[in-house]
Amino acid sequence: MDELDRQLINRLQRGLPLVRHPWQAVAAELHSTPDELLDRLHLLLEDGVLTRFGPMFDIERLGGAFTLAALAVPESRFEQVAAQLNELPQVAHNYRREHPWNMWFVLACATCADLDRTLAHIHTITGLEVLNLPKEQTYHVGLYFPV
Amino acid sequence: MSVCTSRFDETLAQRLIQLTESGLPLVEDPWTWLAEQLGISVESTLDLLKRLQAEGAIRRIAAVPNHYRLGYRHNGMTVWDVCDEQMPRLGELIGAQPFVSHCYRRPRRADWPYNLFAMVHGRSREEIDSYREHLRFLLGTASRADEMLVSSRILKKTGLRLASPRSSRSWLASEGR
Repeated sequence: MDELDRQLINRLQRGLPLVRHPWQAVAAELHSTPDELLDRLHLLLEDGVLTRFGPMFDIERLGGAFTLAALAVPESRFEQVAAQLNELPQVAHNYRREHPWNMWFVLACATCADLDRTLAHIHTITGLEVLNLPKEQTYHVGLYFPV
Repeated sequence: MSVCTSRFDETLAQRLIQLTESGLPLVEDPWTWLAEQLGISVESTLDLLKRLQAEGAIRRIAAVPNHYRLGYRHNGMTVWDVCDEQMPRLGELIGAQPFVSHCYRRPRRADWPYNLFAMVHGRSREEIDSYREHLRFLLGTASRADEMLVSSRILKKTGLRLASPRSSRSWLASEGR
């Protein structure tokens, strides 16, 4: 990764400008050419430094029901419960965190009724209390990892 | 869907999600490609993107880094018990810190006293500890208690799927959450 790669990664995390010729605009900012930038973007994606380039939808605005939930799983059952949860298509992310509530997962469902059913289902199959923490207000969402 | 989005935009947005499932083509004029796929003019395509971005349905058209590859291997979910009256102002303040990637208000529960969540990312444990200290300083006495839940293992990570069963996979800014 050289300086232009770094500048490109930083610039593209903030978003492609919605102008008629976006790559010319970015190339002018970075003193490069559209061809050069597109070649480098291709390599960064191929290499896995970037995982995606494209529109980032706020999927929650396009329908569906979501929540963040947690379980306090006894260590002896941790792997088994992780496998039970990961099998469910509604579980989008699942992380182990160092806390008595040690399993944190995001549920993505088609409707609120589906979400309630999924929470109840998780309670039934694990026998554990589910801490359900749906977001009430968003103050900020924006990943930016400067390099 | 947000109230200000028309049914027409909603249909086009669904098509857009399907078309860009694996990303935007790496071509010099991506809007012309999109316009041809959507069957509308280039100007209408650009207007649609601007409307969706203004409404927040599209956050931005951007690169998503593998933050582990960029050295950001540590993340902490900081949680705070913040005085309700001061929450609107303090939520905005905490969310505006450059090292906070996500900031939400969530409900307190009988066995969970925290109502403000702020995710921080860093290249070392010391770095995220220092971010937590900074948030603690900003919140002052308005926060009665706090914890930082450090993630030690990713158990599952897929992009959030669009709710409608026929539609294709899409992505929320999917990160260390």
